[in-house]
Amino acid sequence: MEYAILFLPLIGSLIGYLGKSITKYFAEISTSLFVSVSAVLSVFVFWNGIQNDIYGNYIIFEWISSGNFIANWSINIDPLSSVMLVVVTFVSALVHIYSIGYMSHDPHKPRFMSYLSLFTFSMLALVVSDNFLQLFFGWEGVGLCSYLLIGFWYKKETANNAAIKAFIVNRIGDFGLAIAIFLIFFFFGTINFEETFQASSQFVEKKIDFFGFELNLITIICVFLFIGAMGKSAQFLLHTWLPDAMEGPTPVSALIHAATMVTAGVFLVVRCSPIFEFSQFALNLVAVVGMITALFAASVALVQNDIKKIVAYSTCSQLGYMFFAAGVGAYHVAMFHLFTHAFFKALLFLGAGSVIHAFKDEQDIRNMGGVRKKLPYTYIFMLLGTLALTGFPFLSGFYSKDAIIEFAYLKKSSLGNYAATVGILTAFLTSIYSWRLFFKTFHGSYNNKKIPINETHESPIVMLTPLVFLSVGAVFSGYFFKSIFIGHDSNEFWQSSIFFLNEIKHDVIPLWFLLITPILVLISIPISFYLYILNPRILEEFKNTNLPLYNFLLNKWYIDEFYDKTFVNPSKKLGSLFWKKGDIGIIDRFGPDGISKIVKIISNKTGKLQTGFIYDYAFVMLLGLSILLTYLILK
Amino acid sequence: MSFPILSTLIFLPLISSFFILLSKDRTSNNSSIYISLFSSFATFLLSLFLWYSLDLNTSEFQFVEEKSWISNFIKFKLGVDGISILFIVLTTFITPICIISCVNSVKIRVKEFLIAILVLETFMIGVFCSLDLVIFYLFFEAGLIPMFLIIGVWGGARRVYSAFKFFLFTLLGSVLMLVAIIVIYWLTGTTDITQIYEIKIPKEYQNLLWLAFFSSFAVKMPMWPVHTWLPDAHVEAPTAGSVILAAILLKMAGYGFLRFSIPMFPIASEYFTPLIYTLSIIAIIYTSLVALMQDDMKKLIAYSSVAHMGYVTLGIFTLTKQGIEGSIYQMISHGLISAALFLCVGVVYDRLHSRMISAYGGLVNYIPKYSFLFLIFALAALGLPGTSGFLGEFLVLTGAFQKSYLAAMLATFGVVLGAAYMLWLTKRVIFGETNNSEVKKFNDVNKSEIIMLATLAFFILFFGFYPLPLMETFSVSVNSLIDNYDTAVISN
Repeated sequence: MEYAILFLPLIGSLIGYLGKSITKYFAEISTSLFVSVSAVLSVFVFWNGIQNDIYGNYIIFEWISSGNFIANWSINIDPLSSVMLVVVTFVSALVHIYSIGYMSHDPHKPRFMSYLSLFTFSMLALVVSDNFLQLFFGWEGVGLCSYLLIGFWYKKETANNAAIKAFIVNRIGDFGLAIAIFLIFFFFGTINFEETFQASSQFVEKKIDFFGFELNLITIICVFLFIGAMGKSAQFLLHTWLPDAMEGPTPVSALIHAATMVTAGVFLVVRCSPIFEFSQFALNLVAVVGMITALFAASVALVQNDIKKIVAYSTCSQLGYMFFAAGVGAYHVAMFHLFTHAFFKALLFLGAGSVIHAFKDEQDIRNMGGVRKKLPYTYIFMLLGTLALTGFPFLSGFYSKDAIIEFAYLKKSSLGNYAATVGILTAFLTSIYSWRLFFKTFHGSYNNKKIPINETHESPIVMLTPLVFLSVGAVFSGYFFKSIFIGHDSNEFWQSSIFFLNEIKHDVIPLWFLLITPILVLISIPISFYLYILNPRILEEFKNTNLPLYNFLLNKWYIDEFYDKTFVNPSKKLGSLFWKKGDIGIIDRFGPDGISKIVKIISNKTGKLQTGFIYDYAFVMLLGLSILLTYLILK
Repeated sequence: MSFPILSTLIFLPLISSFFILLSKDRTSNNSSIYISLFSSFATFLLSLFLWYSLDLNTSEFQFVEEKSWISNFIKFKLGVDGISILFIVLTTFITPICIISCVNSVKIRVKEFLIAILVLETFMIGVFCSLDLVIFYLFFEAGLIPMFLIIGVWGGARRVYSAFKFFLFTLLGSVLMLVAIIVIYWLTGTTDITQIYEIKIPKEYQNLLWLAFFSSFAVKMPMWPVHTWLPDAHVEAPTAGSVILAAILLKMAGYGFLRFSIPMFPIASEYFTPLIYTLSIIAIIYTSLVALMQDDMKKLIAYSSVAHMGYVTLGIFTLTKQGIEGSIYQMISHGLISAALFLCVGVVYDRLHSRMISAYGGLVNYIPKYSFLFLIFALAALGLPGTSGFLGEFLVLTGAFQKSYLAAMLATFGVVLGAAYMLWLTKRVIFGETNNSEVKKFNDVNKSEIIMLATLAFFILFFGFYPLPLMETFSVSVNSLIDNYDTAVISN
């Protein structure tokens, strides 16, 4: 069964791609079916784990063995991976079905479905790995699929550029992960998770000389692991690829850039909790980066106009939440938020896709509005998604996000307090931008000049059905899974897959603290309605008086421009310089070309001696004879 | 003495090239093509049999043949071990593919071209089998001649310049190696490698001798800064020439380091390790950046080869299990990947007669099968896990990290650059749109092209997921290489 979960998507991908000529619908049906079966089996495995405690590690075959450097292809089922299995296969199956409708006009649909399945396979390979190398395989594999899917509309220049950017920024993260793996192998002598984690406690005090700095080994490993996580999970400074990735088709954004792949970084940190727990510095770093990302992305999301980019920045911000949860040591809460977030963010993306579909590929929310009656189902789904995201009481986001803020507060350290404050502030911003998106899309007047309102249409049933499932998840997943994930039973559930150095405290939290976030969330609804629909002039004036600030946010803090100026262009210039000046100008000029030129000059000079006239030769002979004679006589 | 399987392997291509010479092709070249295909395929099968019957539990040389050649001076001595066998199989595997590619790309003097390829194959197998320095030197240098002709006769517009550059560079290095071989004979009284291993060359001579061998290998590798002949040679060479050059000729130097430099001069090898690291790192970063800016496909791939060979030299001189195994793996894998990429360029070159990236674009619209295969090879070249390109690099870096953090981190950064130039190339050639009406009329890959490319793609993926057949082949030999090195260095 475990084998089936992992390999069904791969088989689906292959036969979907190769069998596209059999019938028109072959690819979409086969891929969707295989992934759906995989999803059902995953739920079964998850349930078996909770109820009967059935876990295990299945080794498929040995991948590589070079001295101690041994890695197997394996399927490791433990509580952590079983949660990820459910998230990945469940969302993936729904996205597959949704794509049947969304991509119905695209001639390359088989290829699209095949990529989606391939992605699912890579992501599963990542989460079920029992060693760092297979994790790295999945890690780069999902990066590849992301690259292929962002660039799916390969005729678009922007899509191609975004795809390359995504891959390369991810590779920078992978660089960190690779270094971490080298460190682990060098010092621990293994790349197997279990052996590494057992060994980690022996190296707590170990210091190594790292470029002249005496540093703690565990800390360095964690920092490099975290660089890897930052790349994949689009954390501040390595986040630039995620908004651009919205060039891909919307189902891709829902699956890869919201629910699954971008959470791989969080998964990595949680998976490596037995290492992270021994480095307070690394944990603080995780928390700080998470906080900065949460706040930064929310601030940028406030002013963006592209519906997908808003949701993308929102994803970035929510990932920040997960990281600072992990950073304050609440790994299980991070996983809980990952779990609930997958549902409501996929719902929001697919809902946004439905809106875009209705507006015939319009993505700018300034050109929307007033269509809540035309798109009644989409309206409801988006409403549920928005409520869940903002943490409206008793929906899923409420349980997981507030839990993060509460755990940060319970930490009782200054960092914990900062984290709690940032968490609350970001929750407020999240609420504002989410409602802005919602109201501008569905309420107010109809602002699209290209297509008349009666041409907008509700999506077909094949697209709406997956939204039903996701809505159920977005509404109820928090309530139902709270006790398993973060409640008093949580230790029984997670067992050894998450490691806590100190026992998690379940102190009582003061009531006033519990109420802050929900109240802010609630009052933000009328505020945004007033600001964006009833009286938009206030904001317009505010914008005009604070234009630099507005531009700063609109241009995403100018980080892309900064990177272009400092890294991209100089590399190109350096490349040209090395080529034209280094290879051609110096090495060739003084090397082979120079030598052959000298040889040519000399041979030309000597060649001139051969005039072919007898008197020249006679003269030279005479000259030689006379010199010889003179020498002999004088001797 | 049992059946001389190695001699047969070496001289089979040479003998069949005589038959081609005798064949009376006037209008078509069919009989030449069939003879060469048949013989190269037979050679391949024979090498597979050799691999199969090789005992992998010992690092001793096997199937040893020994004949006195010039009185007591030079012996014709051959033998294989777990390291050389893979290079032999690579050679015999790539040659038939080259011959198939000729069918599409070579239009003039087909017969002579096939002869050149087969003669070259003889020399290449000879290099990997030789257990005598002089024999090795002869094969090593003789290989230059057919290659020189392939570039000079069947090459592009600037073929003569390139052929001379290639010849000058490589010859210059080799002369010093010849001097070194003479010195070794003078010191030890033999040129038999196994005996030299036993005798051990005195410490004070090692550094100079190492440098003499190094000068030859560094050019062939090629290492920075003596790499500039490679892009020119590739650009002008016909497809089959590029394939052999990249897939096999470049591997001779890496093999040379493993077979000669390290076991014969262990102390010098240790002494010069920083030099090798520096040059390797420069090669990786520098040539990756240069590759980024190329507008000629073949040049780009050639520069990427230099970067990939940088990983090989880095890995060999880490002298760790992972580093050396990674290097060997990287060489085999690069043999497959670079061959595939040059064949890919050849396929579109045959259709448009341009190597310029800007002439292409949007190929996926017109020739999807080709584009799919190209993408696989590009991803393998940038070291994506699941392709053979990944494991070699990753093992090398793992090994390097145990010796020098700085070298390993810089080299790992090269992986990022590798992704940049490969993906940018893919974007400009495969994706996007084109205004070139010629490109729009392209036919997708024909039968012979798909056989070559699909075979290579299969092995690239197969060894990416299941590398054990290769790893097990050289494991024991690498262990003994490292053990001998360690003993020599410690006893110093």
